[in-house]
Amino acid sequence: MKFAYWPGCSVPRQGTPELRITAAAVCDKLGIELEDLSLAPCTGSGILQARDLVYADTLNASTFAMAEDMGLPLMTICSTCQGVFSQARRRLKEKPDYLAQINQTLEEQGMKYSGNLEVKHLLWVLVEDYGLAEVGKAVVRSLKGLRVAPFYGCYLLRPSAALGLDEHPERRTCLESLIEALGAEAVEYRGKTLCCGYPLVGVNDENSAAMVGTHSVEAKEKGADCMVTPCPLCHMNLDGVQPQASEQRETRINMPVLHLTQLIGLALGIDPPDLGFDRHAVPVKSVLAKLGL
Amino acid sequence: MEARLRVRRFDPESGEGARYQSYTLDVPDYATVLEVLLQIREELDDSLALRCSCSSAICGSCAMRINGQARLACKTKVAAVAADGGEIVVEPVGNMPVIKDLVADMDPFWQKVRAVEPWLQPKGPPPEREYLVPHEVMRPLADVMACIMCGSCVSDCTVLETELALGKPYEQTFLAPAALAKAYRFVGDPRDGADAERLLALSRLEGIWDCTRCNFCVEVCPKSVAPMDQILALRRKAIEQGHDEYLGARHTLEFEKTVRESSWL
Repeated sequence: MKFAYWPGCSVPRQGTPELRITAAAVCDKLGIELEDLSLAPCTGSGILQARDLVYADTLNASTFAMAEDMGLPLMTICSTCQGVFSQARRRLKEKPDYLAQINQTLEEQGMKYSGNLEVKHLLWVLVEDYGLAEVGKAVVRSLKGLRVAPFYGCYLLRPSAALGLDEHPERRTCLESLIEALGAEAVEYRGKTLCCGYPLVGVNDENSAAMVGTHSVEAKEKGADCMVTPCPLCHMNLDGVQPQASEQRETRINMPVLHLTQLIGLALGIDPPDLGFDRHAVPVKSVLAKLGL
Repeated sequence: MEARLRVRRFDPESGEGARYQSYTLDVPDYATVLEVLLQIREELDDSLALRCSCSSAICGSCAMRINGQARLACKTKVAAVAADGGEIVVEPVGNMPVIKDLVADMDPFWQKVRAVEPWLQPKGPPPEREYLVPHEVMRPLADVMACIMCGSCVSDCTVLETELALGKPYEQTFLAPAALAKAYRFVGDPRDGADAERLLALSRLEGIWDCTRCNFCVEVCPKSVAPMDQILALRRKAIEQGHDEYLGARHTLEFEKTVRESSWL
């Protein structure tokens, strides 16, 4: 199984290098081959789209063209990248004239996009292509007894039409399915599909921290040992802004937040020091202790 | 098929808090949630309060939360939200005070809509004849005009929910998707002359830059208004017209500059 691989903001100079390191380690363990596309441009994160949609779609079409050139489907490790790609892919697929217009610009770079590339988040790849039974077979350190609160990230769920959720209803619950395939218990709570507040950082920090507080406290009240997210931006907020959220609520929330790949890495037997937990704002010691590590 | 509804009940006169009541009844496979609620009221429990009128997704009266998501009860088939005999949770819309059972107080919703001055404000002398507007300009606005003011987007707006949970008074909260989409209907209209004032007001606190882009409003809107897309269109217009000193605008411009220069963040 091989993919053109879009690491997004997890490249070393940006926010969550531990995600990139653990994604590579997990895919290596599972035998998923990755061809790096780290020279591809930023997806625009939904922000550029609000400013200049054609430019943003052109950038993403160029990434799609690079993957097509490799003859490989494209894999992401970020809910936001996946959502932005899925929305661009849908616009280009539904409007042939628009695709032709974008391709005119790409031609200047010697590139062309067919309009038909498959783009999938690692989470979807594991559930739909790799198979949860196979994932289960690769587990050498069961996470039995660990209670994990899933947190999807808006862009992996909405707008559902662009993300193919009607065609793939399993995508609505894939994070819970994966948590259970790793031997852990998925905690049900309302916050799992809500917004982490990351887009409001620096614009409305009060609301952003309040969102972090609401979801992490709810997860805690439902008995979760940790939260897990397939989105590095959600991680940056739920983990990185949790101290401010604690201050706002005048309580110590102390809810560890794991990247999806860190949780998988634990189950695949990767040593905790190799999973980048030292970069977290909220310590994960309690999670490791529960697993006897 | 069997319909099993768990309905949130609240009666201010009872002096008690909200509670959930379950009803089970046989309904045709094609029944909508609204038809089931009306059947409950007629056959099982005439105390159940709800709002509805057209039953055709036109009037916007029957918005409510069905299995946790705002929907029009008349547009939602039982079979689409639950398996035969599966439980369907029915609650009033969120982010608005509940008057009784499934009836919410829409006043705060209308306050926000009124705050954006939702009427055409032409400038200059009246034109001598009909003002002809280009089709390509009005076509996207027609999508926004399809809004039936049902309140679904406001019900499920995550920013409004967050601010209400922080204890902010309603009039100091985010303008929310319906009102902002309505604002774009006028900002985007070439006959309107108040763009500058509108965009200035909307750029301030609790306006266009306070949207967290969670896409809930796009997801729940029963008329495909895509309110968040209209908020993004307002942001685009605000920056184009020079209202770029606000934090959100500066962040967007900085982001764009970095990506254009390095193709990276």
